[in-house]
Formats: sequence, structure tokens, C-alpha cells
Amino acid sequence: MQIAYYPGCTIKASARQHEGAALAVLRALGVELREMEEWNCCGVVHSLTSDNLIRHMAPVRVFARLREQGNNEVATLCDMCFNTLARANQLAHEHPEQIEAMSVTSGGELNYDGNSGVLHLLQILRDRVGWAKIRARVRRPLRGLTVYPYYGCKLLRPSEIGIDDPETPAVLRDLMQALGATVVEGSLQTQCCGAYHVVDREELVAGRVAATTAQARERGSEAIVLSCPLCHFNFDTLQPQASAPLPVFYYTQLMGLAFGLEPGELGLDAHHTDLLPLLEQHNLIRPKGGPA
Amino acid sequence: MTITMRAGSGPDELLHKVEVLSEQHLANCYQCGTCAATCPLAAQMDLLPDMLIRHLLFGLPGVLERRTLWVCVGCESCTDRCPRGIDVARIIEALRQIRLQDRGDELAVAQLPDAARELPPIALVASLRRHTG
Repeated sequence: MQIAYYPGCTIKASARQHEGAALAVLRALGVELREMEEWNCCGVVHSLTSDNLIRHMAPVRVFARLREQGNNEVATLCDMCFNTLARANQLAHEHPEQIEAMSVTSGGELNYDGNSGVLHLLQILRDRVGWAKIRARVRRPLRGLTVYPYYGCKLLRPSEIGIDDPETPAVLRDLMQALGATVVEGSLQTQCCGAYHVVDREELVAGRVAATTAQARERGSEAIVLSCPLCHFNFDTLQPQASAPLPVFYYTQLMGLAFGLEPGELGLDAHHTDLLPLLEQHNLIRPKGGPA
Repeated sequence: MTITMRAGSGPDELLHKVEVLSEQHLANCYQCGTCAATCPLAAQMDLLPDMLIRHLLFGLPGVLERRTLWVCVGCESCTDRCPRGIDVARIIEALRQIRLQDRGDELAVAQLPDAARELPPIALVASLRRHTG
């Protein structure tokens, strides 16, 4: 299975470990993501006002290039890229006159009809690969490891483009259970982490992260598992100092461990919070300097 | 018979602009407070989203000076849960846009601390998009 792939800026910067783990895991499942050419920033946030067309140009340009390259669907790992691309796609489908207005200002290079598919990696795993095949690929089940899946906002809202039920999502739970992990859940799984407030209102993000990690801990979780590179940064760097922080994993890293892939491919040392002690405790990796 | 209650006199330009930009009809709000109850950042707001709508409808002054405009991060929980189908996030985005056009940017790259270099690019781009016109 081959699918065109839009990485986005953060996947090539602070979330490289997520990309490395994703590509390794997909290889093991027989899926190839082929990076598209000439991609640009997606714009990150979808403009919500009626007259701000210029802010839709970035994602529409991605679709125009995608079409020129002969593709009609695109995969992404980043929740913010997914949200922005899926909504621009929907806008182009429902309001061709707005795309036309943008295209006129750019010499006609933004022609796009809104008929592409936008796929988040979690949708590929759930809907194209399937849990049964993933379960069958597990070599080292995550038995005994208890995780709290965190969804945040951009995967689920607005519900017209969300990949799962916005109130009771199941995709990360089902994936973790397919890997053999124990899952605990709670009401804060779908509440925003504060997102870009980390730039100049860090205390708002720290408050959300503290509340969510406290709930995860109360439910018996040993780690947070999530998808969004911005949520990841916030949870990885802004947990309260009072207690030892919960390790924060991308789901692709836990898939790689369960598949028995080489830990070096999974970027486990690229985190602020140390992941290795928990993995050693559950015999999911060999201790450094221990017997081979 | 239509009864109009307004704090000021004359047509309300701000309410009109917000309705055009957000494509929402604010009088549809019946003040249940679901948006405020569901907002993860409500505790940091100086005017809750339902109150903000009511202030706009009554033409009360100072709405554009509220911290609420910048605290809202656009997670859209309120939008998703509003029983009247009002897209509250669009209303707040419209207010941000009006304020930015009137008074200029809320954040400048030059003001960012050196530590901002370590942030994920999506944090910086999203923040600058929401705080600049």
C-alpha cells in the first residue's frame, strides 16, 4: 500500500522521533508513505472568519501541488496539519468561489476542487490496516504497561472532520489494547492542553497539563500516549515539578516496541522526560550495559 | 412586536461586524452556559463566552478589551457542544480580527524570548496567526 505523505514543519523539527517511528512501523506493516514534493507549511490554524481568504492559501497550495503530482489522497502524522488540511479541503469542496477568488490573485496556480482525501495516520492504521493485522504483528506485547490515551482537540473537532467520536473516542484505546497494553481513561482526555499558549502564556498550559496528568495518575496510568506534536511538547516539558513526571509516548513508539523493532529507530532518547526506566521496568528494552 | 434592549443608542456596528465575520446569529443564544462550562480555559477568562455574547447583544462597552479574546485558543469544545448550534469559536475569532485591525498586532517576533527557538514550529506559527493581523 502506497500513500502520498505530507510531513509538515514540526514533524521535520521537534517531532522527528514520531516520523522515524511511524515510517519504521509502517514498513513492518507493508505500508509506504511517499513524501510529496514542494510541500509548504499548512498554516497550522484554520481561519474562522468569512473574509480572511489569504489564510487558506497555504493549505490549498498543498492540495494543488498534490494534484499536479498525480495524487488524490494524502496522509499526515501531525494533528494540526490534519485539521487544517481537512478543513481547507472541506472549504474548497463547499465554496469553490472562494478558491477561485484566491486562485485569481496567484496567477491561477491554486486551482483545486476539494475532492482529495485527507488521512491521519491513525485512520490508516484503523481503517486500512486494521487492528487484527496490527495485533498479529506484535512480537513483544506491552503486557503490564498501563497507559492513558490523550486526544486533545485537533483530531476530534469539529466533528465534521474529526476522526472519531468527539466525546468518547476509541482509536488510541483500541490501538493500545491491540498492542497488549492496559488502558485507563478519563474526562480530560479530550480537553485542549492549551496548545500555542506555550509561546507567551505558559502558565495556562502548565495548568492543563497538571490537571490531566493528575487524572491519569489517579487512574493508575504509568504513561501518557498521544499523537499531536504540540500536545507532546507541552506534556513532555511542562509537567509539575512536585512529582516524577509521567513519560509521554507517541503511539508510533509504543507500536515499534511491541513490534520488536530496534529501539534506535524509535527516538526514545529524544524526550525531555526519560522513557527508558519505565520500559526497562516492564522488560520492553534491555537496560544499558546489561546482558545482550 | 420587536423589543430591542440596548445600552447605547444608534445602530451597533460591532455586533453587525461580528455577525458578518463569524456568520453566526448571536440572538440564537439562550444563555444556557454550556460553552462556559465546557471551556478548559474559562478560569482565566475575564468574561465567559455566554456573557460575551450577551454583552455584544446589549451593546455593552469594553468587549474588545477583554482578555477572553486572547485566552480562547480555538479548541472548539464550546462549538461542538452548543445546543443552539452557535459556533462560539468563530465569534471570538471575529472579535480578535476586529481588534487586530483596529489596534495592531498583539505579539511581535522581536518580543519573543530566546527560549522560543526551542518551541515546535506549529506553536509559533499558530500563536502568531492568532495574535497578528
